[in-house]
Amino acid sequence: MNVATQTGLQEKDLNITTMRSAGQLIKRSLINTRRLPSAFFPTLAMPIFNMVSFSGTFFALTKLPGFPTDRSVNWFMPLGLAMGSAFSGVGLGFSLIRDLENGFYDRLRMSPTSRLSLIVGPLFATWIRVTLVAVVVFIAGGMLGARPTAGVLSYVCSLIAALGIATIGAGWGLGLAYRFQDMRGAAIMQLSIFLTMFMSTAQVPLNVMTGWLHTVARINPITNIFRLSRSGWVNETSADYMSWSNAYGGLLAIAILSVMSLIFAVRSLKRIDN
Amino acid sequence: MTTSSVRQTMALAKRSTLELFRQPSVVVPSMIFPLFFAFLGNSSFGRTTSLPGFPKVSSYLQFQLAGTIVQGVLFGSVTGAAALATDIENGFFDRLLAAPTSRTGIVFGRLAGSVLFGALETAVFIFALLPFGADVSAGIRGIIAMIASGALISLAVGALMSSVALKTGSSEAVQGTFPLLFILLFFSSAFFPRETMSGVYKTIAGLNPISHLVEGLRALSLDGFTASATARAILVPLAIAIVALLIANTQLRSRLKSH
Repeated sequence: MNVATQTGLQEKDLNITTMRSAGQLIKRSLINTRRLPSAFFPTLAMPIFNMVSFSGTFFALTKLPGFPTDRSVNWFMPLGLAMGSAFSGVGLGFSLIRDLENGFYDRLRMSPTSRLSLIVGPLFATWIRVTLVAVVVFIAGGMLGARPTAGVLSYVCSLIAALGIATIGAGWGLGLAYRFQDMRGAAIMQLSIFLTMFMSTAQVPLNVMTGWLHTVARINPITNIFRLSRSGWVNETSADYMSWSNAYGGLLAIAILSVMSLIFAVRSLKRIDN
Repeated sequence: MTTSSVRQTMALAKRSTLELFRQPSVVVPSMIFPLFFAFLGNSSFGRTTSLPGFPKVSSYLQFQLAGTIVQGVLFGSVTGAAALATDIENGFFDRLLAAPTSRTGIVFGRLAGSVLFGALETAVFIFALLPFGADVSAGIRGIIAMIASGALISLAVGALMSSVALKTGSSEAVQGTFPLLFILLFFSSAFFPRETMSGVYKTIAGLNPISHLVEGLRALSLDGFTASATARAILVPLAIAIVALLIANTQLRSRLKSH
């Protein structure tokens, strides 16, 4: 029996309820961000730290033949942003585990709310947070010397990639949280995201890699997302420079992985309900 | 230290060691992650060994070995210090204080577990990476010196982290220092040589004590068993350990005073 039948609501009313509930959950999430900046701070600090430390430590990488940019910060800024976005998404799973443990989630489930809003609301809130993080990272990157090579599109592509990674992370994090309902899920969330990200072109381009990593990174869809994210930050002469052929793989990877992870989240939520 | 103090310290050391080994989920990540990063780095940065300023190495893994050891030991030491903070939180520390136990033994006993784990981690990293090209030019004597150095690094970091545990009495605060260690590690020469860095990064890496801990170990791995390499690998962590133990002792005394 669906929520409409249970509560006697019309389909149209249900849609309004879904959007209203999602809106309230977005509001709750953003208020929490404002009231608990310490919880949001790591999401903001992580990409900046990542960008600063990697660009400095691995500065010499840009001298390798075939490296697609001569500015290390251009290469590592999208990595920092991607890591921050992934953990923002996965962070939804952490919040959900807390809500499940302290009983707040049971109250949400007992209310006549569309189940979809329990996923859509927090996801939209994550997108808002990731956009804020992206703005800060772009400003910090600019101050460190990052220069776009494709104008505004450089920022747009990096932002799309960041939002995509956050969506994938959110679906995966929520799904695992619904399945495990305790902190065991949190460990799997972090570890899996971390490994998937680093076993791609996170650190160096494919033509610089050697051995097993090259094989893994080549088939890892996250590589395509990084290509999209960096397409406006590499040299114009690079094979990875902004073009439709370099962008569609990333867009496709985002679409497929987002749908898969969100289906996983919805099915895991239904499992709780059953 | 009297004979009974030594016995008490040994008993507490045994407890802390058993505690570490009985919780594989706590200690295994500090072994798995550095190894993962070593293999990841070898594939990612394998071609960088030909860059100007990079030391002469047989493979990136040979260069990375020292960084892997320090990374593992740093993370393992946080776990040991967090256990001391947990003892404070759950009242075990107070029970020890109520008993006629040697005061310094409480801290030294806890650190002994970390030191043993640090030595074990170092040996595991060396023997796990050796077949993949992480040669130790200093041979078997060098490996022994590296294990001793790993134990001393563990003592130094463990004592510093124990100071935080004694000061705050909170395992959360000890775990909270983890990002600081992570930052120090990434702003050091653990993953890339200082010679290839430039500007402010090079200066920070030069001032960073982690760089000096790593480079001492790296000297044994790359330069062979020389007096200078051995001295760097042993004396640098020893000096830091002495200072850290003095700080830990001061924190212990101030906690005892507050009781």
